[in-house]
Amino acid sequence: MADVFDAGVLSLPVVCLSGAVVGGTLSLLGYTTLVRFGAEEALGALVGLAVIRELGPVLTALLVTGRAGSAIAAEIATMVTTEQLDGLRMMSVDPIDFVVSPKALALLLVMPLLAGLFIVFALAGGYMIAVGLLGVDGGSFTGSMEGAVKFWNDVVGSFSKAITFGALTGLIATYRGYISEPTAAGVSASTTGTVVIASVSILVFDFFLNGFWGV
Amino acid sequence: MQRSPLRDLIVGLFVFFGLASIGYLSINVGGLYYSGPSGFKLVATFDEVGDLKPRAAVVIAGVKVGQVVSIELDDILRARCELDVDPSLGLDVETSAAIMTAGLLGEKFVALEPGGADEMLESGDEIDRTVSALSIENLVGKFVNDSGLEED
Repeated sequence: MADVFDAGVLSLPVVCLSGAVVGGTLSLLGYTTLVRFGAEEALGALVGLAVIRELGPVLTALLVTGRAGSAIAAEIATMVTTEQLDGLRMMSVDPIDFVVSPKALALLLVMPLLAGLFIVFALAGGYMIAVGLLGVDGGSFTGSMEGAVKFWNDVVGSFSKAITFGALTGLIATYRGYISEPTAAGVSASTTGTVVIASVSILVFDFFLNGFWGV
Repeated sequence: MQRSPLRDLIVGLFVFFGLASIGYLSINVGGLYYSGPSGFKLVATFDEVGDLKPRAAVVIAGVKVGQVVSIELDDILRARCELDVDPSLGLDVETSAAIMTAGLLGEKFVALEPGGADEMLESGDEIDRTVSALSIENLVGKFVNDSGLEED
């Protein structure tokens, strides 16, 4: 519960705000291109597909890595440094069961939920910009979006990506924290390492998920 | 770690809204609905289905009434499509099936047009009157042939 609160609820503001802004940006960007072809009705399809298939899971994973993954790595690394994990071991409590795996599982659980909220906020942001600012017809925006987005290809693919990224971030953050040197430099190294390795591996996994499974 | 009811409530709300957003995306945006197979199967055989795919819509007068279940070759090498449609429609045996395209380059779907016969189709029956998919390449080919552009 505490881990889900830290990783999920505290990431909510940053995820929701980024989602809304990314959706709005996509609307603005897509509109300037599409309006040249008189195809601004397809804006909903563009925003929907881009956000659901790619940007939703990937950006959420990057944000959560930066916000919650680094915090988890730092927390575990500090526990290593201050010998709290050794204390647990002395009481014959396995620190993996008691400290490490709940945090990794929390990230795994939280990622698809945050990705879902990110996508909903992005679609809402895109809709508001498109309809309110650019004057695209609201019905054609949602209509083209609903026509283009397919449940099995796009929505299922999106959430399987989010779950994969959640598992990746959880494993990397907890592992980097767990193996850190018991020094102040070790804590900082594990935090930096988590963000760098997790972000890069999220992007690499995203590429291979797209390429091999067409998710 | 002490228990904190307020925090647990917030976590519960967070999970609830997360699941609600996933549900919204699946149902409203993704178009997922599960009515189950209606059990009323019709078979239509076409010479050419174009890029019709399983799960494509079956419509009557523009209203979706079912979907394509499977497409396979039959023993005389025509495309045999199994359609799952709403059993309450009461389609008669003169119903015809045509493969249409949404817009100029959009997705293919099967359009049914009821006939005027008294006898009704039963589940598993075959629709005899079918119109194949219109392929732009074939049309252009025909046009080129007819206009004599290819003559020596």
